[in-house]
Amino acid sequence: MIGDTILKLNHISKLYPGVTALDDLSLEFREGEVHAIVGENGAGKSTMIKTISGAIEPTQGTIEIEGETFTKLTPHLSRQKGIAVIYQEFTLVPVLSAAENIFMGEFIMNGMVLNRKEMERRSAELFERLNVKIDPTAKVADLTTGFQQIVEIAKAISKDAKLLIMDEPSAPLTISEVEAMYQIVDRLKEDGVTIIYISHRMDEIFRLSDRVSVIRDGKYITTVNTDETNKQELIKLMVGRELSETYPRRKNPATETIMSVSKLTGNGVKDISFDLQKGEILGMGGLVGAGRTELAQLIFGSEKIVSGEIIYKGQPLNMKQCPQAIKAGISMIPEDRKRHGVILDMTIKDNVTMPSLQRISRHRIINRNREKSVTEEYQRSLQIKTPSIEQKVKNLSGGNQQKVVLAKWLAMDPDVIIFDEPTRGIDVGAKQEIYQIMNDLADQGKAIIMISSDMEELLGMSDRIVVLCKGRMAGVLNREECTQERILTKAAGEE
Amino acid sequence: MKKLVKSKEFGVLMVLVALIIFFGIASPQFMKAQNFFNISKQIATVGICSVGFCFVLITGGIDLSVGYQISLDIVVTAVMMNTLGLNWAVACLIGMLLGTGIGLVNGLIIVETHVAPLIVTLSMMTILKGISYLITNGLAIFKFPDAFVKLGQGTIAGIVPISLLFLVAIIIIGIFILNKTVYGRYFYAIGNNVDAAKLSGVNVKKIQLMAYGLCGFFTSIGAILMLARLNSAQSSTGDGYEFNCLTACVVGGVSSNGGKGTVLGAIIGCLIVGVLENGLAIMNINEYIQEVIKGLVLLVAVIYDTMSLLKNEKVKKIKAINVEN
Repeated sequence: MIGDTILKLNHISKLYPGVTALDDLSLEFREGEVHAIVGENGAGKSTMIKTISGAIEPTQGTIEIEGETFTKLTPHLSRQKGIAVIYQEFTLVPVLSAAENIFMGEFIMNGMVLNRKEMERRSAELFERLNVKIDPTAKVADLTTGFQQIVEIAKAISKDAKLLIMDEPSAPLTISEVEAMYQIVDRLKEDGVTIIYISHRMDEIFRLSDRVSVIRDGKYITTVNTDETNKQELIKLMVGRELSETYPRRKNPATETIMSVSKLTGNGVKDISFDLQKGEILGMGGLVGAGRTELAQLIFGSEKIVSGEIIYKGQPLNMKQCPQAIKAGISMIPEDRKRHGVILDMTIKDNVTMPSLQRISRHRIINRNREKSVTEEYQRSLQIKTPSIEQKVKNLSGGNQQKVVLAKWLAMDPDVIIFDEPTRGIDVGAKQEIYQIMNDLADQGKAIIMISSDMEELLGMSDRIVVLCKGRMAGVLNREECTQERILTKAAGEE
Repeated sequence: MKKLVKSKEFGVLMVLVALIIFFGIASPQFMKAQNFFNISKQIATVGICSVGFCFVLITGGIDLSVGYQISLDIVVTAVMMNTLGLNWAVACLIGMLLGTGIGLVNGLIIVETHVAPLIVTLSMMTILKGISYLITNGLAIFKFPDAFVKLGQGTIAGIVPISLLFLVAIIIIGIFILNKTVYGRYFYAIGNNVDAAKLSGVNVKKIQLMAYGLCGFFTSIGAILMLARLNSAQSSTGDGYEFNCLTACVVGGVSSNGGKGTVLGAIIGCLIVGVLENGLAIMNINEYIQEVIKGLVLLVAVIYDTMSLLKNEKVKKIKAINVEN
């Protein structure tokens, strides 16, 4: 099945003023293989993709496509040679149909007008080839994220892509959608399409890839056959140091109930009841759309409760807006970090002190010294890597941005912290740090609710797991009874 | 010095210096001290209004009604003083209350209905215009107490205009609010990312309301000073001031997309616009050509702002990644 070299990078370097993004990188891809690329954030993966897709030109080195050597590529040339990229952010137009999106830029015309019929027919063929049922006339906006991604893939292969680059394709998908995407990757592979698969998630690398290459600090480290390696070894290669254990263990057991949710209804969820204890990490599992984030919004007060109540520290929690929840000691680390967690264009200091600004002010006048000392305290304790606390947050990596979100809530000294997908888009090393921080917080007696679509993380971190399905409780599982299968069956509403 | 050169306002300051040198060479009258005090008198109103205007811009809004707010504030204050014969200080107070009230109404409609600020304030502009003409019937109101007129025309020690002192005071208050208080910080937060601000516990509605209220308040002070300087109230007086404020702010680096800018920048922007107007007038340039130039200045400023933003970000990001690794 796996044939000759289809693409070869020869001693590629890419220098930016003051930065070496790629450093003498040589890598070889074989026809028909699924080749995973792993590396921490900032390792140079995206620069490498951009070199292949022609978005940037390398400072040094050459690219060899099927024996033909280029010193640089243009996006057009790269396409012509059969290379297509599926980026993390989709490039679809939501108001147009699936078929129109697939043929965007190369519309099939019937004289002056669009030949919709022909485009729809060909789209249907493509979907059939991918073994999925999508109506080519459906508006992209009406499709789920998973289907949107399939449209994106169909768009890529409609142009006879021989080499498909997928940049973290599973990141926006739900568990069941991920499985569907795996099958599409398998199918494309059967068709002889070469796939470069970039991912942070170890389980999918082992599920899908034939070979794995590791990149670190812009340098090529090694390539191994996937079935001859294991997770620990890969992580070690990526971070260049030994990580003791994937999920650190905690010392202190949970003590007393701090929050008691009963028959909570509103914002698309119904009749949710559970207890939350001090010192525990309560996992929240379920498919995307099961109502986990929506439930968190109710507890945080950013959406209205229709009925049911929350007993918090022995008192009913009566709130209409999130400032009241924040005051009561509830914090939320949102799923969409860049939109809801941080203000990208403001400094680390401004972000960290945002919720607690009134506390470090007198008569509404900000106390600069306290502001600085508070920020520096959390910069140290959470190890936010930055040259200065005056650095804008948009210049930080995902992991460090997440630490900024954490810092801003820790400065409020909360009792309940809700983590919504705490490690999404964060590299392995930083993930470990976030896990350690979460465990330390639980050890200090904080109650943590963790929403996660990453099954390993959910199983590894949680003391108990609440599973939601279609806005309702599907069950609560204790640590001992938790298995991936049980959570999935409950989440699918089959138990 | 290095810090000064790197600061955001430095580039704009250089434009101002270049303009002054240009007009200085082009016309000998321009460089006289008296002319500079003239300019300061002329820009006092725009300057004061721009402080409030930049608050609104920073929160991500806009207030196009500023021009006719000035007109209505002026007309109402004049009627209070002249027709009703109230004490001038009381009349001014009523004018200021009115201005603040209009700002708050703008803000209230915007935060409660979520209609785009551009549309709300554009409608408000037309409403205010109508009301002001209803009051004056298109005629001018004049003759005010001497003590009042002195606010706009008087000087201290024979040279420093009193209106300049008001301008400086408002600038200091503006800088204080924006840099030292929690409200200023919230203005930036809302302008940059309203969702994240809300989820951090910021009372977004209240803060937005405040920005529009302050804008109305500062505008009324600017209006009253203008009334005192002109010694005559007409409904057409404020026409076009929203454009001058917007130009001054954007030229001074206050982003029309919200979240960026400083009071000092906005004031340098005012000076640029003021020097340009004054210089062109001294050089006897046709009035209509002046309009064309003013429009071009705003357009160029917006283009420059957008382009330099894109460029800077790339360089900074690469530097930061470098440090992190």
